[in-house]
Amino acid sequence: MNRVIALEVRSRDRRKPIRLVSSIALYTAVGLFVLLTLAPVLWLLLSSISSTNDLTNIPLRWLPNTWDFSRFTRLLDPNGQGREFVAALKNSLIVAVGATIISLLVAIPAAYSFSRFRGAQSQLLFVVLGTYMMPPVALVLPLYSILASVGLLNNVWGLLLVYCTILSPFTTWLLKTNFDTIPLEIEESAQLDGLSRWGVLYRITVPLALPGLSTAAVWALLLAWDEFFYALIFTSNINTKTIPVAIADFAAGRAVDYGLICAAGALAALPPVLIGFALQRGLMSGLTSGSVKG
Amino acid sequence: MTQQTDKKTAWWMLAPLLLIVLGAIGYPLIRTLLLSFTNARLTGYSDPIQFVWLENYWQAITNSAFRESAGRTTYFVLVNIGLELLLGVLVALLLNQAFRGRAIVRALLIIPLALPTVVSAIMWRWIYNPEFGVLNALLTQLGLLGQYRSYLGEPDLAMNMIILADVWKNYPIVALVALSALQLIPKELFEAAAMDGASAWTRFWRITLPSIIPALTVVIVLRTIEAVKVFDIIFVMTKGGPASSTRTLSFEVYQEAFSSLKAGSGAAYSYLVVLISAVLIFLYIWLLRRQERQ
Amino acid sequence: MKKMYKAFSGAIGMGLVLTGLALGQGNTTLNALFMKQAAYSEEDVQNMTAEFEKANPSIKVNLEFVPYESLRDKTIAAQASGGYDVVLFDTIWPAEYAKNGFLLDVSSRINKADQNKIFTGAWSTVQSKGKYYGMPWILDTKYLFYNTEILEKAGFKNPPRTFQELMTQAEVIKQKNLVQYPLVSSWSQSEALVADYTSYVAAFKGRFVDTSDRPVFQNGGGLKALEWMVDSVKKGLSNPNSREYAEEDVRRVFSSGQAAFALNWTYMYNLTQDPAESKVVGKVGIVPAPGAVGGAAVSAVNGSMGLGITRTSKLANEAWKFINHLTSQKVQNRYAKNSLPIWKTSYADPIVSKGQEAVIKAANISIGAMYSRPTVVRYAEWSNVLQKALQEALLGKTTAKAALADAAKQVATLK
Repeated sequence: MNRVIALEVRSRDRRKPIRLVSSIALYTAVGLFVLLTLAPVLWLLLSSISSTNDLTNIPLRWLPNTWDFSRFTRLLDPNGQGREFVAALKNSLIVAVGATIISLLVAIPAAYSFSRFRGAQSQLLFVVLGTYMMPPVALVLPLYSILASVGLLNNVWGLLLVYCTILSPFTTWLLKTNFDTIPLEIEESAQLDGLSRWGVLYRITVPLALPGLSTAAVWALLLAWDEFFYALIFTSNINTKTIPVAIADFAAGRAVDYGLICAAGALAALPPVLIGFALQRGLMSGLTSGSVKG
Repeated sequence: MTQQTDKKTAWWMLAPLLLIVLGAIGYPLIRTLLLSFTNARLTGYSDPIQFVWLENYWQAITNSAFRESAGRTTYFVLVNIGLELLLGVLVALLLNQAFRGRAIVRALLIIPLALPTVVSAIMWRWIYNPEFGVLNALLTQLGLLGQYRSYLGEPDLAMNMIILADVWKNYPIVALVALSALQLIPKELFEAAAMDGASAWTRFWRITLPSIIPALTVVIVLRTIEAVKVFDIIFVMTKGGPASSTRTLSFEVYQEAFSSLKAGSGAAYSYLVVLISAVLIFLYIWLLRRQERQ
Repeated sequence: MKKMYKAFSGAIGMGLVLTGLALGQGNTTLNALFMKQAAYSEEDVQNMTAEFEKANPSIKVNLEFVPYESLRDKTIAAQASGGYDVVLFDTIWPAEYAKNGFLLDVSSRINKADQNKIFTGAWSTVQSKGKYYGMPWILDTKYLFYNTEILEKAGFKNPPRTFQELMTQAEVIKQKNLVQYPLVSSWSQSEALVADYTSYVAAFKGRFVDTSDRPVFQNGGGLKALEWMVDSVKKGLSNPNSREYAEEDVRRVFSSGQAAFALNWTYMYNLTQDPAESKVVGKVGIVPAPGAVGGAAVSAVNGSMGLGITRTSKLANEAWKFINHLTSQKVQNRYAKNSLPIWKTSYADPIVSKGQEAVIKAANISIGAMYSRPTVVRYAEWSNVLQKALQEALLGKTTAKAALADAAKQVATLK
């Protein structure tokens, strides 16, 4: 008995330095990750508050002479330049969030179908995926005439619909791989209790797949937030232009204020970061409920 | 009875997805396919259209500019996806460890993704600027570089620098998806393996990797498709220069369809891009299956 | 395009039409596509349009502004569905637009009395095969900007008049170590490179094509032009980073005092005089781009833009009225601070020249000398071939002669 305790104590002593080393390594790696992710963004933020003269100094000036936050206030001032920017933020939010929600609603049953039913229809997943391989340049003209003929050109709903065609194939596939990991037994017992397939899907499968769902949602949202080419061609005024198009407008013309673009980029990144952060908290709580399987 | 109803349910669950995806872009896809066999031009006059069958495809394949761009695109895709996969999995493993401030550090992953590509491309172009760029300043002040150099003006270097910028922006999606898959792996599996004396290395190859591969497959296929179509970031950073060393397939498709107004051959070029995407993805899935069998 | 918009404005319009009928007046809406830029600014165009609407209460104009890069794409995407009535176009597009029926032939609408009052170079912006496809509106060309302080220190009283002289001055400036690279240019693989090359071709009295549209730039002046450019890089007189630079990079390098000479569009002048944007305020000279010994006296590239009517427009008369308003001498003189008029006599008008005398002085000469890029239908492909060839020579991957000979062979097949 005493020997056993002594052994344990010794082994604990031996592991202490190893733990210290591994935790130093861990924090170093985390630090490196944070640095590599944030350094370019930090430079972006510094650029957004520097004057052109500070930015074109040789040798390079690491911190600007004067900190100039006017670009941010200009972008958020609804009476000036901000009118376009704030409207674009709003349009982007409608289009990206709308397309994400619709895509998920469509993808959940489809993913379940692909995951649970074998048959001819299961091959369709790859057909649907294949549609995304086509370069947008090739699709933009026929889509343009379709949207024009149904009156959805220069309309956020038209753009939202186009984005659904991009987002739903991938969210479907991602959710399918998620559903695949959920053990069938839980569903089968529920079915025996008299639940229909739809009932099983929404009462059992979806709650278990919440982490996967929130990842799919973040992914879809980011894809839609960043889309540029379709938005450029299909929108034409302040009522419909999305963030990437509005920023491209700032970059247009011959006197480009890089600081303004940097400020606009930083502001444009905020909504998805906040939404992503919120969804990640959902992911965490989903995780605990997801621990049923094993 | 259940077989019959199951079959019906399977289709009903798919219906919304098919309606949205094929309903919206089914016609454009078929129209583009038909166009690719004709000599149609994008013009305001109703010129007679003739079927030329495979001539457009043949013309593309025998066109040295197209072949060179295809080669550059393949290089871009392979290096890009390889790096994204490596970094994505490493970072996911790192962020799956327990450490202080984990939630905030995880949220950082969304920042590069949330930054619109237009902004990220402009930001990197500014970082790489040969005279005022922060990269030159940093490397020379650290003593890693003797004198300022050009990054986007040298044919051998430009593509790699663009790849670095693109990896920074897009690897987080790989990390996010991998991270959410990691969290689904039951802890008991690791504990059991550790009891059996499996090393961390073995546990990674035997348990971790196989568990996250289905989710990784989805994200890699998505990233491959997007990388094959890459345009915006290159257009902003180099416009395909210097001396065409960063011209990818999208530039050729764009030039054919929009600059040269050759709707027919533009469509053929697009389908060749689809083909290249499909081949790369097929190759990847084939490698994966072979690995699984071993 | 914008059926939705039309439907929408149609619904609103219905009400207006009803009131209009009562007053015995019709009401029409023009859709016009413009470009986001400094000259003319969005605000200027909106003000000009408001004046037009005030003078023509029966016509409403919807303005859309897009970046230069998508101006062409949007025009092309919309042409099948109709939509725009008035579009802005670059000088390199009318041949192609005309051939493919995107623009209305307006030759018969042009006022013959105006023909001699407008610069010939401006007219060439809107012409293809002897026909007119619109009115010139924005005049622009590249000038030689020089840093007066650096030139003074190097001991030169006057800016160079020929490219050979520019080379000699640059050599002295480099020897005296006043700047590392005296000349900076926008020679990245883009249209800016072709625009620069065109200016050099004009200086060395070269030509792009002969009278039967066969390429001839690979010999004579065209070759000398590229050889000069390559030479300037080899001697370390041109900034080697020029090969990745666009116009804005040129402006930043010149404005930070890192270059003695730069070739750039008109817009750069005012920005070099803005203390927030420039470290060389008050030290900037602007003159026509140099000529060459045994070549032209000065050189200039035609970088102008014109306004045309789409062939699908059902409101050609109203559209023409609007175009005439925007391009009229009265309107152009009033907004000349941002963009110079197409009218010859405007340059003597004090309203136009006040506060920008140096630019006006240079423009008066340069605009008369504007040389155009090849006006061929398949210009987009031409330009791509040229860009690559010029870059290969500038990067030293091949000689100027070989690069141009190869390019000539390729463009000869573009019929």
